[in-house]
Amino acid sequence: MIGLPHYLVVSLIVFLLGLYCVLTRRNAIGILMGVELILNSANINYIAFARYSSGGYDGQVFAVFVIMLAAAEATIGLAIVLGIYQTFQTIDVEATETLRG
Amino acid sequence: MHDTVTVEYLRWIVLLPLLGAVLNGVTGAAIQKALGKRAISVIACAPVVLAFGLAVRAFVQLRALAPESRLLLDRLFTWMSVGGLHVDIAFQADPLSAVMVLVVTGVGGLIHIYSIGYMHDEKSYWRYFGFLNLFTFAMLTLVLADNLLLMFVGWEGVGLCSYALIGFWYTDWDKASAGSKAFIVNRVGDFGFMLGTFLLFWILSGLGHPTLAFREIGAQAHLLAGQTFAGMDAVTLITLLMFVGACGKSAQIPLYVWLPDAMAGPTPVSALIHAATMVTAGVYMIGRMNFLYSMAPTTLAVVAFGGALTALFAATIGLAQNDIKRVLAYSTISQLGYMFLAMGVGAYAAGIFHLMTHAFFKACLFLGSGSVIHGMHGEQDMRRMGGLRRWMPYTYWTFLISTVAIAGIPPTSGFFSKDEILWKAFSSAHGGVVLWAMGFTGAGLTAFYMFRQVFMTFHGECRADHHTQEHIHESPAVMTYPLVALAVLALVGGFVGVPAALGGANEFEQWLAPVFGHGHAAAHAGHHVEWSEYLLMGLSVAIAVTGILVARAMYLTKSLSPDSFAELAHGKPYRVVYNKYYVDELYEAVFVNGTLWLTRVAAWFDQHVIDGIVNGAAQVTTMVSWLNGLFDNYVIDGLVNGIATVVNFVGGRVRRLQTGSINAYLYVVVIAVVGVMIARLF
Repeated sequence: MIGLPHYLVVSLIVFLLGLYCVLTRRNAIGILMGVELILNSANINYIAFARYSSGGYDGQVFAVFVIMLAAAEATIGLAIVLGIYQTFQTIDVEATETLRG
Repeated sequence: MHDTVTVEYLRWIVLLPLLGAVLNGVTGAAIQKALGKRAISVIACAPVVLAFGLAVRAFVQLRALAPESRLLLDRLFTWMSVGGLHVDIAFQADPLSAVMVLVVTGVGGLIHIYSIGYMHDEKSYWRYFGFLNLFTFAMLTLVLADNLLLMFVGWEGVGLCSYALIGFWYTDWDKASAGSKAFIVNRVGDFGFMLGTFLLFWILSGLGHPTLAFREIGAQAHLLAGQTFAGMDAVTLITLLMFVGACGKSAQIPLYVWLPDAMAGPTPVSALIHAATMVTAGVYMIGRMNFLYSMAPTTLAVVAFGGALTALFAATIGLAQNDIKRVLAYSTISQLGYMFLAMGVGAYAAGIFHLMTHAFFKACLFLGSGSVIHGMHGEQDMRRMGGLRRWMPYTYWTFLISTVAIAGIPPTSGFFSKDEILWKAFSSAHGGVVLWAMGFTGAGLTAFYMFRQVFMTFHGECRADHHTQEHIHESPAVMTYPLVALAVLALVGGFVGVPAALGGANEFEQWLAPVFGHGHAAAHAGHHVEWSEYLLMGLSVAIAVTGILVARAMYLTKSLSPDSFAELAHGKPYRVVYNKYYVDELYEAVFVNGTLWLTRVAAWFDQHVIDGIVNGAAQVTTMVSWLNGLFDNYVIDGLVNGIATVVNFVGGRVRRLQTGSINAYLYVVVIAVVGVMIARLF
């Protein structure tokens, strides 16, 4: 019988994959994809807790909200990446360090 | 108070000369260029002659009135109205003013006409007549004013015109400075006059009568009795202060020094301003304020004694002068002294009588001397004249008549007026033997120096150089006719005041009686001892004749040598008199040098003390600002820079955090989150 711990493990795995992706990628788009993974792992948690708690739809509502938020975030993120590319002719985050103190 | 008659023409007596003065003063240069000097003469003389006509009209109208209501009033407008004080521009003619106006316009008119001839070759002809008219205007304002303030306007106006006309030839330094001297000495007197006016007004205001009009002061004068100011009797103080003003204007000791120098002006000016009219302003003022003077016996004594002393003192100086005009100047001072003597013994009518006759004969003498100077081409030293009667018959005869008049030989005008004064000085309640003796001696000296002048100028051999002698000539008719008119007046003018002792009615005194009511009564106190009046009369004629005979012996027949008198006591008295008692030198030493010394002290004080304080203040300021600068540089700047340094240092360290690498930031975020979680768990 698949219970709450299974969902949480999957969620943890997805979160760690996302975190690893965010921390190690030098490609800006890769970092954005990692962020998407982290958000979705949070969604899994929301849904799982909603399913195995006393009921109600709070979790689902939040998950839908997060999906919507992720879409907006991706839009803005990609727009920024596009801007970076036009300025630096690259999307390598190591190369774009003009703001270094 | 009696009803006053209101008239409309008095103002024109005053305004006509002003009109002439404005016309000539403002547009004179253009008129003279376009129409010639004749037009200037007409503009100048016509107003004065017309004013004389109006003055005669006023006189006739006054005569027609009852004696005690003889007062004409012409009120123009309210000049100022401050608090309870209302000062009008208003002119009044009472018997006293009428006499003065007749003298000013009559003698003044003659002198205006005379000036046409005398100033004929003058370039600034228009300027001369402008000032002469302005003077006439100011003098008429003075005598017709119905209040002290308007009188003071005239008082200052005549002083100003006197200054301008003494310095008429202003390119000559001596003449310009003579004008300044006259003005400055007059200011000393004017100051006294102003203080007197202020004090009078103040005390009257305190009594609830803030007024400056003569009639109202006269009506309230009894309130002033017993009032004191600063421990002195107020009336005495007021009258003394006003007498100081009279001393300045009328050239009395000690303020007479300006008058001899005033001879630097054109001779007709000397005749009009410095003999006939302006210098009598002080006498007139005392006459006008006689109700106050009669209340102050101390002041009367001062006036009488000052007048007698001046009469004697100036006469002695006149003995040794050689300048034809200077002799007359000292003679004028001396005669003014007689007028003050009369005023001081309460014989106001006698003083005004002498004022009038003196105006006739002294104007004639001055104009005669002007005629001589004109004929001699500017020569004024009598030692270089002599025998002039051959060339100048008119001048000689008029001059002689006036000299006889001033010497006091009957029946000329001077005899009546001077004798009246001497008699009153002797018999009046305020007089005495000492005053009489001073005046008596002065009369003898007057006869002597005046005939000395006549003999030196008109008799004997001519001592002028050959070239001048060839050009000596009698003056033109425009100059001799006024001389003749004045000589006639000098001869017969005295008959209006024949004293009772000689069978006359003394109409002059009766005419002035409404103005001088009290003094009139006082002077009449001792009139019953008539034999002494005849005796004194005989004595004064005798001393006058003696003076004339001595002068004749010295300067005509040469039976007495003037040098032997000059050498008396090693010539010391002569030198003292010749040098006018060194009064000018004394004033120079005391007042001029004193002032200079004071200015030097002030300069030293300025340089050392004031400058020291200023410079010290500057140095203290420099010092303080230097300290301020130090504080600014080290404390304030140190604080500001220190903060900047700290911020810079911290910023230098903190900037390392900003790597620009997104991965690095994310590592920090993750580590921080993990750190927080661990902290939360344990």
